[in-house]
Amino acid sequence: MPDRSPPGWRHHLFVNSHLSCVSSANRPGSKIQDYGAIGDARAVALVSKWGSIDWLCWPRFDSPSIFGAILDPRQGGRWSICPTEPCRTLRAYVRHSNVLQTKFVGSAGQATLTDLMPVSSEEFKRKSILPDHELIRELRCDRGEIEFQIDFCPRCDYGQKSVRFRDLGALGLQIEVGRGAYLLRSSVPLKIQSDGATASLIVKQGDVLQFSLTYAEESPAALRALGNSVSDAIERSIAWWQQWSARSHYQGPYREAVTRSALALKLLAYAPSGAVVAAATTSLPERIGDTLNWDYRYCWLRDASLTIRALLGLGYLDEAESFITWLLHATRLTQPELRVLYTVFGEIAPQEREVKHLAGYFGSGPVRVGNGAREQFQLDVYGEVIEATAQYAQYAGCLDRMTQKALLGFGRYVAKNWDRPDEGIWEPRERREHHAHSRLMCWVALDRLLALNEKGMLRAVPRDLFTRERDRIRHQIESRAWSEKLQSYSAILDKDALDATLLRLAWYGFEHADSKRMRSTYQRIRESLGAGNSLLYRYERRPAEGAFGVCGFWGVEHLALDSATLEGAHDEFEQLLNYQNDLGLFAEEIDPRSGDALGNFPQAFTHVGLISAALTLEEQDKGKQHPAVHVGSDVKSSRAKARA
Amino acid sequence: MNWDSWLLWGFVATVVLTTISAATQGLGLTRMNIPYMLGTVFTPDRDKAKWYGCLVHLGAGWLFSLIYILIFQSLGAAGWWRGAIIGVCHALFVLVVVVALMPGLHPRMASEQQGPATQNLLEPPGFLALHYGARTPLAVVLSHGMFGAILGAFYHLK
Repeated sequence: MPDRSPPGWRHHLFVNSHLSCVSSANRPGSKIQDYGAIGDARAVALVSKWGSIDWLCWPRFDSPSIFGAILDPRQGGRWSICPTEPCRTLRAYVRHSNVLQTKFVGSAGQATLTDLMPVSSEEFKRKSILPDHELIRELRCDRGEIEFQIDFCPRCDYGQKSVRFRDLGALGLQIEVGRGAYLLRSSVPLKIQSDGATASLIVKQGDVLQFSLTYAEESPAALRALGNSVSDAIERSIAWWQQWSARSHYQGPYREAVTRSALALKLLAYAPSGAVVAAATTSLPERIGDTLNWDYRYCWLRDASLTIRALLGLGYLDEAESFITWLLHATRLTQPELRVLYTVFGEIAPQEREVKHLAGYFGSGPVRVGNGAREQFQLDVYGEVIEATAQYAQYAGCLDRMTQKALLGFGRYVAKNWDRPDEGIWEPRERREHHAHSRLMCWVALDRLLALNEKGMLRAVPRDLFTRERDRIRHQIESRAWSEKLQSYSAILDKDALDATLLRLAWYGFEHADSKRMRSTYQRIRESLGAGNSLLYRYERRPAEGAFGVCGFWGVEHLALDSATLEGAHDEFEQLLNYQNDLGLFAEEIDPRSGDALGNFPQAFTHVGLISAALTLEEQDKGKQHPAVHVGSDVKSSRAKARA
Repeated sequence: MNWDSWLLWGFVATVVLTTISAATQGLGLTRMNIPYMLGTVFTPDRDKAKWYGCLVHLGAGWLFSLIYILIFQSLGAAGWWRGAIIGVCHALFVLVVVVALMPGLHPRMASEQQGPATQNLLEPPGFLALHYGARTPLAVVLSHGMFGAILGAFYHLK
C-alpha cells in the first residue's frame, strides 16, 4: 500500500481564511503561485487553490487548450469543484507524488479533493484497457457537511469554440471536437446548460464523488468505471510516483525541494519522445499588464546541459538517455544547424500568432501561441547540446557512430561560425550582438569534443582546427569580454554590460570561481543585478521585470564553487527556497517586492537550476571535483593557470 | 512468370528504393529511416541495427517486388506508369496502415500513450509518419513510386 500521508500538509500549508467561492463565474483569477500541477508526462493541468482546473491542453503540451481560464476567466473555460460557503483551503501533494490534494475546511464540515492524471507501468497498461488521456477528480467528505458547486465549462481551441454536449446517459457526457472526443463520467448527475454542465449539492461525511474526464483521438474511447476502479487508479498512481521518486540518488540536505523539482521536471518530460518542454503554459506574463508573454510549451536546447546534469545527478538514467536521444536525433532535419526550439517530436515550432479573443492573465495580453524565437540564431545551443552529450558519455562510456557524426557536424559548424553575432540566450528581438555567453558555449563545444576525443569516445576529430579555434575563443573572451571599467566580465564584447550568464564562466570550467576576475565579476553582478534575498535579475533592464529564478541558483553554484564562500552558498540557497509556492513549484521569475511568481509555470529551467545547485552544494560539501573537470579538456589547465 | 527478370529487377528496384530513402534523409526531407527501424527490432545497438535493417529491407523489398510482378502478370502488361501507380498505392498503405501498427509491433518503439515511464525507445511515427518530418509522406511516395516504376519498366512478361 503506498504512503498517502502528505507531510507537506503541515510544513507547506496554504491557508486563506477570507476566500469564498460563491460561484466560479464571479470568482477573481488566481495568482500563478496559487496553482498546482498534475500530469502524466504527456500533458499538464493546473489546479487552483479554489479547486478549479484552469489550464489543460490535450493530447500534448502544445495542443490547443480545453480549459484556459488562467488566461481569461470568462472565455478560457474551466472545471471547478469548490464549496459555496467561505472556507479555508489547505493543499499538498501526496508524499513524493504528483497527486494533488486540496482540503476545504468550512464551518460545518471538511472535504478533500484529489486531482491527478492517472499513471501506471507499461506492463500494467498492456494488460488493461485504459483511456489514452484521463484526468480524475475525487471529492471525499471527511466530516460534517459542506455544499459544493460543480461547474464543468470546457472551451475548445483556446476558448474560441463553445462545445456541445451529448448526453450518453449512464455512459456520461460526450463532447466531440474535430477528430477527438472528450467524455466526462460523473458519479453525480450534472445539469447541462448552455455553456457547461453544473451541479450544486451538499456532501456529508463519508460521501465520495468521482469524476473521470477522458480524451480519445485514435480509437474508440475507453470508459473508466467509477467506484473501485477510480480508487485503484489513485492508489496505483501514488505508488508509481513514489517508486519513481525513490530512485533518486540525492542524499543532501534539501531532499524535499530536490524531489519536488524532479517530479516537476518529470511532468514536463514528454515520455513518447524523451523531449522536455520549458513550461506547461503559454503567455503567463513576465511583467503584469505588459506584453512579455510567450509560449513556452516547446523544447529549448539552451536547457539541455542543466537538464542532463539534473537527471544524471539524481540517477534518472533512462530519462537522461531518452533526452539525449531526442536531442541528437529529433533535431536531425536541421543538422548540423540547430534551431533554438523544437516541438516534442523535433518539428520546428509553429509560427507565433496572437490569440486575440483571450484577454490574457490579469489583462496581460496578447496571448501568444507558437514562438518567434524559432527564427533566431543562437550559438549557445551548440555548446549546450555537446556539453549534455559529454556529461552523458561519462555514464555511457561510449558513443555510437550516428552520435559521433552528429557531434562532429556541430563542432565543424561552431569552428566556422563562432565569431558571428547572435541573439543570445535571452532572445531579445531587437538586434544581434557579440554575446560573451555565446562565445563561452562555443568554447565549451570545442573543448568537450576534444576531451571526448582524448578519452577515445569520439573519432576523426580535426584536433588542430578545434584546438586552434577553442584557444582563439578563450583569447577573445579574456581580452574583449573583460571590462576594466566594471572590473568584471561583460555580457557583450567590447561593451560594459552585466548579465547573470557570466556566472556560468566558472561552472563550465572556463575560469575558476576563486580567481580574482571571477570574484570581482560576482561582486559587480550582485551589486547591479541583485534583487534582494539572493534573487538576481538576469540583466539590467528598465523597467525591471521579475528576478529570474534560475539566475539565483546560478549565483548559489558560483559561491559553492569557491571554497571560501561555500557556507554562504547554503544560506543563499535556503533563501531562494522561500520563493517556491506552498507546493514547492517555481515559475520562470519572481517579483522581488511581493514574492509573486511571474512567467510560465511550472518552469523546467528554474527547477533544473535548483537541482543543479543542490547537487553542486552536495558535491562541494563532500570535497568532490567540479563536474566540468570530468568532461572538459582545457579545464584543468585553465584552472591551474587561474591559480597561478 | 519470368523468374530471372524478377530476381534481377526486384533487387535493382530495392537497391534504388533504399538509396532514395537514404538520400531523402541526407537532404533533410525526413527522419524516417526504414532500415534502422527494422534493425532495431533485433538489436538496440544503433550501428548494428543499421546493418541488420539494411539486409532485412533488401530481402523484404525483393519479396514485395514479387507482388508487383504478380499484378503485372495478371494484368498481362507492365510499364513504368503501371508500376509507379502500384508503388504509390504501396506507399499509401505503408503510411496509413503499416506505420500506425508499428508502435504495437515494434519492441523498441514508444507509442503515443507511452508514459510516464521513460525508456530509450524510438519515437512513434504518428499519422502518415508526420512526426518524422512534414515531408515524410512525400519521401515515402517518391521512393515507392520509383520502386514500382523500375519494376514496371524493366520486368519482361513471359
